[in-house]
Amino acid sequence: MLSMLPFILVVCAYIYYSHARLLENPGDKLLPAPATIAATVHRYAFEEDERSGDRLLWTDTGASLERLLAALAISAVAGLSLGLAIGVLPYLRATIAPFVAAVSLIPPLAVLPILFIVVGLGEAAKITLIVVGVAPVIVRDLAMRTAELPNEQIIKAQTLGASTWQLVIRVVLPQMWPRLIDALRLCLGSAWLFLIAAEAIASTEGLGYRIFLVRRYLAMDVILPYVAWITLLAFTMDWLLRLLRTKAFAWTAFGA
Amino acid sequence: MTQVTIKHLWKEFGGQVVLENVNLHVDDHEFVTIVGASGCGKTTFLKMLLGVETPSRGSFLIDGEPLAAEPGPDRGIVFQRYSLFPHLSVRKNLLLGLELRDSRLFGRLFGAPRRRALEKAQELLEAVGLQTAADKYPAQLSGGMQQRLSIAQSVICEPKILLLDEPFGALDPGITSDMHTLILKLWNMNKMTIFMVTHDLKESFALGTRLLVFDKVRVDPQAPEAFGATITFNIPLKGHRSGYG
Repeated sequence: MLSMLPFILVVCAYIYYSHARLLENPGDKLLPAPATIAATVHRYAFEEDERSGDRLLWTDTGASLERLLAALAISAVAGLSLGLAIGVLPYLRATIAPFVAAVSLIPPLAVLPILFIVVGLGEAAKITLIVVGVAPVIVRDLAMRTAELPNEQIIKAQTLGASTWQLVIRVVLPQMWPRLIDALRLCLGSAWLFLIAAEAIASTEGLGYRIFLVRRYLAMDVILPYVAWITLLAFTMDWLLRLLRTKAFAWTAFGA
Repeated sequence: MTQVTIKHLWKEFGGQVVLENVNLHVDDHEFVTIVGASGCGKTTFLKMLLGVETPSRGSFLIDGEPLAAEPGPDRGIVFQRYSLFPHLSVRKNLLLGLELRDSRLFGRLFGAPRRRALEKAQELLEAVGLQTAADKYPAQLSGGMQQRLSIAQSVICEPKILLLDEPFGALDPGITSDMHTLILKLWNMNKMTIFMVTHDLKESFALGTRLLVFDKVRVDPQAPEAFGATITFNIPLKGHRSGYG
């Protein structure tokens, strides 16, 4: 429980400074009082919005998570299949690996205008942006992890009669699942970054969209809980992935 | 019957001659032990038998047929380390060979074939004394147990030839004699031909029916890479055929 201490300290510091600023100027918007934040959260989470009739926090969360999860799923499939293929097949490694390396160095935000022009301002552009940012990293990581498998293991499998296909499905792929989870966990941060960037620029709903929308009114009472909520979501996703890794791949616990 | 015949075999890497003019005939069910100074080509020789390296010149025949250029199920291998599958339990490590052989598409067996394969795996588990560790992962086993599993895994599909690359080199001396008993038992059970590279001269005399010594006959001090090693001694031994284990 000692790990909770820094969190408590931050909250205490916030309450103290918020109180101090509000004493000086009751109209201060920078550090709203906890009660104001609570009221705002209640309004966003449980009351219908006057214009749209939505409960904004949930529609925003739903929209953002849908984009994020779709993008992560696409990236995982692409990363696993391409990464494995590059790692296993020397010909593919020679032809495609440098290309993937180059693609992974393109700053994804720089291609965002291209995406908007080509695929429009809809969901596809936002999902593609995340995929462009995340998939090449996963591909490269899994290709490297695959190539790292001891040569003795591969030869052993061949002496047991394994074809390349059998080698992939029985030896390589099962050992890459936990690696994929690791790669996804490491990519979560940048995936959120690209999501919020895309939503800030062109969107009508979503957590990132809301933050950038209310920024115009200095609505810190919305921004602060939204940031905390995004952090909590990201943390939960990371925690779930870690749980999946330890539960589903018990063999990795023995430091093989 | 498995006969290995090697005639005028040369192996070069670029300008470096590793093996020169190797001639050898090995009969069925022999236990060939190979010794020699490090860097004298005994591992290269084993790799050629395995199919990872190809001869530069000369012929390398198994039962009169040229050696396949890729590792295959007719030749098993036990390395010193790293040849177990860390994501599979001991039992499934053993099962894998049968599954790969009998299920080309999925590499997995179901139903009755799986039960038969499990029975065979169980027999072998008991033969190598790993029945109590059947559900553990390789990383949970001691070095000696890992090597026993690795040997069992290599013989489950009954290869004609078993290659051992310093299999006991990383083990405690106390365990080695158990391992010797085990390998002789499996050798007599499966009637295979074994080639074992070792750096332990005593071991090579104790186990083999034939001892090969690799060494350089000619040395040019100005150009050490000009001449390769060959078989300088080919000693028939009594061995332990049958009546063992």
